[in-house]
Amino acid sequence: MSKHTLVATVEEGPATLNRVLSLFRQRSFAIESLSIGRTNEPGIMRLTMVVDGARVAVEQVTKQLYKVIEVRKVSDLSEDPRVERELALVKVTCKTAPQRAEVMQIADIYRARVVDVATSSLMIEVTGPTVKVDSLIDLFKPYGIKELVRTGVVAMTRGQATPRTDRTDRLKLVS
Amino acid sequence: MRLSGARAICQSLVEEGVSTIFGLPGGAIMPLYDVLPEFPDLHHVLVRHEQCAAHMADGYARAAAALKKPQEQRTVGVCFGTSGPGATNLVTGICNAHMDSVPLVAITANVPNNMIGTDAFQEADITGITIPITKQNYFVRDGKDLPRVLREAFHLARTGRPGPVHVDVPKDVLLTEYDWNGYPSSVGLQGYQPTFEPNMRQVKEATRLIERAQRPIIIAGQGVLLSGAWDELRDFAEKTRIPVMTTLLGLSSFPENHELSLGLMGMHGWVHCNYAVHNADLVIAIGMRMDDRACGKFAGFAPQARIVHVDIDPAEIGKNVRVDVPIVGDVRRVLSRLEPEVHSEALQSHAAWLDQIAEWREQYPPKCYPSTTPELYQPQVIQAINRATRGEAVIVADVGQHQMFAAQHYEYSHPYSFITSGGLGTMGYSLPAAIGAQLARPDKQVWCVVGDGCFQMTLQELAVMAIHRVPVKVALLNNEYLGMVRQQQQVQYGGNLVEVDLAGGPDYIKLAQAYGVPAWRATDPTQLDDVIGAAMAYPGPAIIEFRVARNEDVYPWVLGGTSLGEVLPDTPYEAERDRVLAGAGPSARDGSDR
Repeated sequence: MSKHTLVATVEEGPATLNRVLSLFRQRSFAIESLSIGRTNEPGIMRLTMVVDGARVAVEQVTKQLYKVIEVRKVSDLSEDPRVERELALVKVTCKTAPQRAEVMQIADIYRARVVDVATSSLMIEVTGPTVKVDSLIDLFKPYGIKELVRTGVVAMTRGQATPRTDRTDRLKLVS
Repeated sequence: MRLSGARAICQSLVEEGVSTIFGLPGGAIMPLYDVLPEFPDLHHVLVRHEQCAAHMADGYARAAAALKKPQEQRTVGVCFGTSGPGATNLVTGICNAHMDSVPLVAITANVPNNMIGTDAFQEADITGITIPITKQNYFVRDGKDLPRVLREAFHLARTGRPGPVHVDVPKDVLLTEYDWNGYPSSVGLQGYQPTFEPNMRQVKEATRLIERAQRPIIIAGQGVLLSGAWDELRDFAEKTRIPVMTTLLGLSSFPENHELSLGLMGMHGWVHCNYAVHNADLVIAIGMRMDDRACGKFAGFAPQARIVHVDIDPAEIGKNVRVDVPIVGDVRRVLSRLEPEVHSEALQSHAAWLDQIAEWREQYPPKCYPSTTPELYQPQVIQAINRATRGEAVIVADVGQHQMFAAQHYEYSHPYSFITSGGLGTMGYSLPAAIGAQLARPDKQVWCVVGDGCFQMTLQELAVMAIHRVPVKVALLNNEYLGMVRQQQQVQYGGNLVEVDLAGGPDYIKLAQAYGVPAWRATDPTQLDDVIGAAMAYPGPAIIEFRVARNEDVYPWVLGGTSLGEVLPDTPYEAERDRVLAGAGPSARDGSDR
């Protein structure tokens, strides 16, 4: 099993997300994270999914995604040079001043920001690849995490390239 | 011009060339029915259950596909249902069409826009329900979208890999008037671009394998029929001298009286076909989806072969079995590109291979019965129908033992002369589908081959058959069992027969009379020709009840989880029947099952 970052550009519509998720549910593909938002093109949204699966299963889900009429493009970015980011907000328990200082110091090392301060907690905003967010959360655990939210991964290929997909690429999936 | 939503739908159907609609009205869809008489080109068939509206439309579309038409003009089955239960009743029929790639447009009404989401009377989230069983679906909350939506719906249903499209329209949209600016001449679906033309690199690669192969076979699936490629397939097979077998839904895509025809392969396919797959060095799978019933255990499928897989749907390639040369494209175009690439003089001789298959065929022939037997056997009935119709009829088979006997013992030589529920295996499919098929093909005699279990699921449609005098001939094979389940319990569950006994069912002759349909009964093989002749001579619908042996099993049989090479040609159980045939009298086991 390996992680794959799939990017799909889809037409905006009330049922689009439902169709995509229905497909994942039917075929039991586990989604680790999913984020969706508008793009520079009106009416077009971009879905980023991190899925865990054997390669053949990921190819199959890609081909199934193409059968959804609203799906324009699907790319597996896993083997491309890319930037991947997610954002997390973490509310960390800090009952004492030394604790607060430690938490702020750790956050600083990770270039995370304190976005809210209360008498017994700090809210930290951290952005980065999943591993960085994971490791920061691990460091906060001993203090006690009151609340945690993550956006899920968004990804973009580096350089000039946009997610590649064309007919030949679809064929490549099967050969 | 302004048209109400209801009129816009009817006008769109006329623009799409629709002539027949199957449906049943109810509260929400009444505005649509209200305007239907204004459109004399649209003939509506009132069904007795919405499931059958979908099945009739399905049978109609399949039978009409035998009249080869360009893809853009392909006949689409159309059905109507009202909101809530009317729509949910369509679900089985829509799913059936989805599994078997049938072009279908299902139109349902929903509660008015302002009631949507309030759990109103007869409200169901039907588009939510049909997402996974349609090629596409639409919930049209604004009537100005109707012409575009219907244009897209028909385009999607009939092009590429066909399938069902569902359009749901709230009641107020049917009643409100909108500007009608003519029917759109084109569709703008950027996310839908099926691949028709094959990649020539792959075609050349396949050619190399074909020229090198010594033990090649072709497996023809329904894709051959869907793309109207039966002539191209025959040309290709004749040029390459590669024998052709078919999947269940591929039956009739290659004439079974052709010297290169091997017949049915798969779970209940012929032993020689399954042995040929198992021993082939090249499998050319054309327009099929490598279904588990066709392929047996995937890991054990064609273990010695390179596999060329042709299909218009890229998601089918490599889904179940490994593929060496994938060719994505329309079967007809692929075959017409492939054929000229193959050089006859470069081909290996397949003579020894064809001899080998012929030897298997001789060793494991189809069941053959004496003209008199103590009981009536299902293959005898199908063989008698084949004789009487000279293979010219359209056979619409239901699901179960009789379906497999119908697939095995009729000689299919005309495209779409066999219609059945292959993928979903929907019991009750055949009667409504036969009615639909007969309406699409008034020039053909249509036979509905149905078991007593299946018949009781949709027999209310006898009313439609009788009232419209649709001259379908119903061959009811009555063994008073859910026979296929009984057979599996017998063999795979140690003979523990649980809830499969249908004995004590209705008197089918009286039932037919209640609907005003003439009926005959046969209990003995000597009666076969007479009753079949009488039913065929009668100009309207007719039913023949064949009281068949209760304990006959379908063989050959590839048991679940085994490969095609492990096909069971026969069993001791059958040997026991042979003893009965030889006049030894019924055995104890025969008696204990009653």
